[in-house]
Amino acid sequence: MTIQFNEETFRDDYSFRNSDWAIKRFPFPFHEDSYMYSVNMEQHRGGPEGSVYEKRFDVDEHYVSEMRDRAIVLADDPLRCQSLPHMTLAGWDTLELIMVSKSEDYPDLFELHRDGDRWRWINKPMGIDHTFTFLDETTLPCGPLEYITRQAQGDYAVLDQRNDMLYMDAGMITTQADWSLDFDIGMDFFEWHAPVPLAHEMGIFKRALKFLLNVQQGAPARRLNWTMTVNPLLDTSPENYHKWGVQKSTLTPQNIGSKQHLRVELQTFYRLPRSNALLFPIRCYLIAFQDIVTIPKWGRRLHRVIRDLPEELATYKGFIDNRPMMLDYLSQYDDGLPTSPGVWPDLDTEPPLQK
Amino acid sequence: MSAAPQKAKAGAEKIEVEVSAIVPLNDLVTRFEFTRRDGLPFPPFSAGAHTVVEMNDDGRTRLNPYSLMSDPADSTKYAISVRRDDEGRGGSLFMHRKVKVGDTMTITYPVNLFPLDLRGRKHVFLAGGIGITPFMAMIAYLERMGGAWELHYACRSEALGTYVDELTSRHPNKVHVYYDDKKQAIALEDLLDGQPLGTHVYVCGPQGMIQWVHKTAAAHGWPDENVHSEEFLAPQPGKPFEVRLCKSDITIQVGEHESLLEAIERCGVEAPFLCRGGACGQCETDVVEADGEFIHRDHWLDDDDHASGKKIMPCVSRFVGKTLVLDR
Repeated sequence: MTIQFNEETFRDDYSFRNSDWAIKRFPFPFHEDSYMYSVNMEQHRGGPEGSVYEKRFDVDEHYVSEMRDRAIVLADDPLRCQSLPHMTLAGWDTLELIMVSKSEDYPDLFELHRDGDRWRWINKPMGIDHTFTFLDETTLPCGPLEYITRQAQGDYAVLDQRNDMLYMDAGMITTQADWSLDFDIGMDFFEWHAPVPLAHEMGIFKRALKFLLNVQQGAPARRLNWTMTVNPLLDTSPENYHKWGVQKSTLTPQNIGSKQHLRVELQTFYRLPRSNALLFPIRCYLIAFQDIVTIPKWGRRLHRVIRDLPEELATYKGFIDNRPMMLDYLSQYDDGLPTSPGVWPDLDTEPPLQK
Repeated sequence: MSAAPQKAKAGAEKIEVEVSAIVPLNDLVTRFEFTRRDGLPFPPFSAGAHTVVEMNDDGRTRLNPYSLMSDPADSTKYAISVRRDDEGRGGSLFMHRKVKVGDTMTITYPVNLFPLDLRGRKHVFLAGGIGITPFMAMIAYLERMGGAWELHYACRSEALGTYVDELTSRHPNKVHVYYDDKKQAIALEDLLDGQPLGTHVYVCGPQGMIQWVHKTAAAHGWPDENVHSEEFLAPQPGKPFEVRLCKSDITIQVGEHESLLEAIERCGVEAPFLCRGGACGQCETDVVEADGEFIHRDHWLDDDDHASGKKIMPCVSRFVGKTLVLDR
């Protein structure tokens, strides 16, 4: 299928919009009417046709505009992309994985022609046609990680694995849910997760680390995470909190449907073959409340999840002050009917709103 | 997360291969080379990785891990070198006696439990006997990337010096060989003292050698994280015993010459695994009830775990006693 790329912004006038297609394929993260942490990993081996799980690296209508937004962030703050000296090989691994995957999964949009180490990469949506030498940095305009992740939606953390531990030793982080690569660079898995409440006590991170250390080549994994964002901002970084934090106070009962967004991360995990590092792509999807509630099952469920969420989690995710207003809005779309299990919209089987 | 979560499979992803060459290197060691049956390039791998080779030995499935020793940059073939173990359980004998050029086999994707620390300013390799294999790939990688390394290789005799000629002719100033029958030994203490800051040491060989290197390095003030080792254990035979698998609701018998993991698999119960050598931790299993004595042989569980009687690594460990019930 041919994707019609949106002309849109994630700042200033916020012209970001989801088409009907994008709404129906949105990765709704709640498989039941309540939410608690879990490691919730599964294999990343495709998924239903057209879903965001189908391809290794999902490309959607926001691609070109998201890449433009990333370029703006990097121009203001080059430290959003960093790679410690020993991570260059992992950068090449990342470049290879993304180029091979995209050219195979989207042959109408991307082409990769390899003649030994001489590679020609064609990115049609972004108008790039570039020939370079694999593993030779001097033939790229920047490092391999930065080069390819300026052309791939989502953030990319590249984790070195040594001594049964993962280290945040490289990354491209411009669409993050309030964490900073510049702050976390070089930290180990427990250090960078230290701010998360409850999960440590539950042993979640110990189990998650054990799982991740064992993610094997050829067998990638995935999970979802979520939070809330006022206005469709990709860059909700600590560095720019002074710009976006204040926007949380602009929510009113009149504008909440269009301004309040559910932010979902599709997190995937790949063992990189040459470096043995772990690639951790974090793809951000945004959807306005007023679009979620067009799917009756999701409207009912989101109300119940937000209503029953433990206070610590609502605080950590940054929406505790706005929760009452969210519930006033969402309760209009919850008629108390039961919901079907699983994350899918089930538009054909779930009844329309009964009020 | 999705409507139909997929269950994780036991073991790594598999590749169908054909045996493309069998090269005897000396009395004990033979190299086996594989090409892919589907004609695709092999996945790149990181030096130090191993593959698990599946052998169909008269209806009995054997799964043995071997280090990949071909050049990681060569995607047209994978190669392993197998030392014949006449006293072993039969995997290496099967490879030496039954495998022929043109045979089809199944191997797993590479799994690396012995990676280079890419921060290292210099890499010092200590090999004992067949422990040379992972270093063959590491040396090829570092030569390509311009990394600093040296090899100290202890062999029983010149006749059993696997790859000695190739290594010394290509890298005369970096390879140092020591022959047991000439009473030559690695001067480990001097070697450790002379290294620049940021050097990493890697040892692969018999258990005694590995312990010697860890102990000597620690005594010379080397940080643990700069000393790396890999040792695959082969399951040892032992008295047969009976095990109850409570989740699967069956009772199984473990024979003298099979491991607990192999017995579990033979009875049709899927159990997770990767290395099958007591190193990776994948097959860790909870003990529900035990009346008897564990014979723990793995490198994964710590001493407290071993003493607790609550966990067992079925790939290499056994049990002697009346009752054993596992959460599997």
